[in-house]
Amino acid sequence: MRLKLVPQDTTIDFFKHWKTTFGASMVAMVLSLVVVAIIGLNFGIDFRGGTSVRTQAEEPIDIAEYRAAVEGLGFGDVNITEVYDPGFADDENVAQINIQAQEGQESVGSDTIAELERTLQEIDPTLSFTSVESVGPTVSGELIQAAVLAVAAALGAVLFYIWLRFEWQFSLGAVAALVHDVTLTLGIFAILQIRFDLAIIAALLTIVGYSLNDTVVVFDRIRENLVKYKKRPLKEVFNISINETLSRTVMTSVTTLLALLSLFVLGGDVIRGFVFAMIWGVIVGTYSSVFVSSAVLLFLGVKRDWSKATDEAAGTRFAKPNKEA
Amino acid sequence: MLHIPIWKRIIIWGLCATALIFAMPNLFYDRVERYSDAERMVEMAGEIATDEQAVDLDLWPGWLPSTIVHLGLDLRGGAHLLAEVQVEDVYADRMDALWPAVRDLLRDERDTVGNIRRQESEPAELRVQISEPDGMDRALELVRDLAQPVTGGAAPGSTDLDIGSDGDEIVVTLSDAERRATDDRTMRTAVEIVRNRIDEVGTREPNIQRQGAQRILIQVPGVDSADEIKELIGTTARLTFHPVLDSTSDPDTTVDTGEALFPSMEEEGRYYLVESAHVVSGDQLVDAQPSFDENNRPAVNFRFNPAGGRAFGDFTAENIGSPFAIVLDDEVISAPVIRSHIPGGSGIITGDFTVEESTQLAVLLRSGALPAELTFLEERTIGPELGQDSIDAGRIASIVALAAVLGFMLLSYGLFGIIANIALLLNIGMIFGLLSLIGATLTLPGIAGIVLTIGMAVDATVLIFERIREELRTAKGPARAIELGYEKAMSAILDANITTFITAGILFAMGAGPVRGFAVTLGLGILTSVFTALFITRLMIVMWFERKRPKTFAI
Repeated sequence: MRLKLVPQDTTIDFFKHWKTTFGASMVAMVLSLVVVAIIGLNFGIDFRGGTSVRTQAEEPIDIAEYRAAVEGLGFGDVNITEVYDPGFADDENVAQINIQAQEGQESVGSDTIAELERTLQEIDPTLSFTSVESVGPTVSGELIQAAVLAVAAALGAVLFYIWLRFEWQFSLGAVAALVHDVTLTLGIFAILQIRFDLAIIAALLTIVGYSLNDTVVVFDRIRENLVKYKKRPLKEVFNISINETLSRTVMTSVTTLLALLSLFVLGGDVIRGFVFAMIWGVIVGTYSSVFVSSAVLLFLGVKRDWSKATDEAAGTRFAKPNKEA
Repeated sequence: MLHIPIWKRIIIWGLCATALIFAMPNLFYDRVERYSDAERMVEMAGEIATDEQAVDLDLWPGWLPSTIVHLGLDLRGGAHLLAEVQVEDVYADRMDALWPAVRDLLRDERDTVGNIRRQESEPAELRVQISEPDGMDRALELVRDLAQPVTGGAAPGSTDLDIGSDGDEIVVTLSDAERRATDDRTMRTAVEIVRNRIDEVGTREPNIQRQGAQRILIQVPGVDSADEIKELIGTTARLTFHPVLDSTSDPDTTVDTGEALFPSMEEEGRYYLVESAHVVSGDQLVDAQPSFDENNRPAVNFRFNPAGGRAFGDFTAENIGSPFAIVLDDEVISAPVIRSHIPGGSGIITGDFTVEESTQLAVLLRSGALPAELTFLEERTIGPELGQDSIDAGRIASIVALAAVLGFMLLSYGLFGIIANIALLLNIGMIFGLLSLIGATLTLPGIAGIVLTIGMAVDATVLIFERIREELRTAKGPARAIELGYEKAMSAILDANITTFITAGILFAMGAGPVRGFAVTLGLGILTSVFTALFITRLMIVMWFERKRPKTFAI
């Protein structure tokens, strides 16, 4: 008895309500941008500069007490949050303290850290610092620049590769999906105020990679079917292609999500934000490869006479010419 | 139809086996780590092993690969520092060193240029005022003779000094070419000295590398706080010996050009007025060791090289009865009175030290002075417990993820699922093999990359299986279906993986630290998963097919 998540032959019409789905995606993107603009992202020290201290104590944490103590030290903007994880033992009480970058200092000096530790140990002598990270404004500025550059470079490189392997309409479709995924991820990070640091950029690029993977598989089938069904309407060819690849799309998304969920629940709090971004990205990315990239492609239209192009461009295609066709 | 030549099979299994052999040491992490440590120690000690090391050496057969995947600082705990070298410091030193030469040169031409006087200026320039402006041309001509061709620079024919005039002042600065050459030298010296100092402490596998034009990245595993490291490398440790002119308790004493006022380390509120030109400096030390003075107080013994020893000997012979100051980074350690001529170039520094301080001072003096000050732009310390927690969490998450995916594949594809699962396990083994082989570092995001690979690696296999399923319905016979399945899935697999690989490449190129670790595992995961999907699953299916010869089959 086989487990089949998707029936053998599906004939779902993915473009029946394409205006609604595409419109919903557009609205979601705009909303994300608005949320990012109004609430803003909760930048970590990687991008904002400052110091982030992880404390661990045996006694339960009273955030207000911590805050009162730390504010007395005059570090300016201080943000204290308690960290929860199912993996923590009962006497493992963890808090995260973020301190803004200090005027006239690059990374925060050891005196400051020692003072902070002394002050907090007065509240709870069992408290210790399990990690201290301090990033100066120079470096954080550079990191922002590098991060923006990386995401832009990834999008550019992908645009170019797909254009090379397919047609320009495909590459616009793929990049539209990627922009959609990245924007929606930024939106959810702004809404949930999850800390946005360097690792999240890595997650964003992975989402780009994953979403692309999905999109390319669908596009590849569309290209193949354009040759196979020369006379059928574009919309029908698209539907056939997406239905044919549906089983694979679901299989891969499920295995990836299984792995990510395990990491989300059991992988510890340090990378939870990172994993959350990827889970979100897999879901959004799977959706966008059907409802955004293909819709854009449908809207732009594609060249129908692929047989000739296939012969001419045979050298650039990895697949051997289809003997059956 | 489904035929894979024997040589191809040998290559495929051979590659697989090689990768797995390289991955294997990771299963015996502690053993291999102890073995490698012992091996390194023995090599350093000149092939003589202590009993303890001999035991460790027996833990692992020498003919097997013994490279393991290093754990990143976020997993092992340790300190990560990004320091910026203040390369401009050196320009000022150069100008200070140039002044006596300029002074002597112009003094000989007093008739033409008149009286000379060094003026206050930016640290990186030397301004000399002459009282006879008519002699400016002659003065400039003389000073220009001091300029030397730039050494080691990429601009042939350029000289190291830019010399000009501003009213009645001669202005000397370093030329751009010389600044570049100096910066490069400064950086190389700084990196070397930082490395020497960290090596003196003897931690395992520190990573010290130059980054960009004036930064040094320092990663030291296994230390609890960045302070230890900062104390060690944040001190310039420039030792100089100066003749003492006066001592005072007034910090606002007027200081003339050519003099300097340094506070005393021993006695709060005491200052020494000294000649700013030093007699000898720490550069000329060949050795420094912690020791004790005649009163059994901690001290540091030092020895000069011959040139330094001669200068020190001459100075002490000429100044018996007067005090000299031992200055460390602009603070006077002590200012003893010279009782007798000190020949032979060795001596002892006494001061108000603890044993730890004298030991550290000896280390600093031995490893040399930093050519310029360091400022720290970024520092991260991860405690070993947090690292261990992350390892444990990552391990459990990986095992659960793997079990879930294996189970899911088995349920979905039956026999073919087993084949896919074997491929997946080989795939993970190969990732570790490659990570060991290239000496990569595994970070927490790196573990996430592996878990993600577990999920995504099956993608290529799924593409093929789904395609075979489709072809089974239309194609003529199972063998043809398998063949077509691989053939037609190829283009999608390559396109999909190349695009993901591009993003992994970009991530690697821009990424720092942990992010780079993620890019490495993601990129390697793509390579191995394509390899296992295209070659290993195919070989296994062909082997199964050859044995069973089924008329029909279902995936």
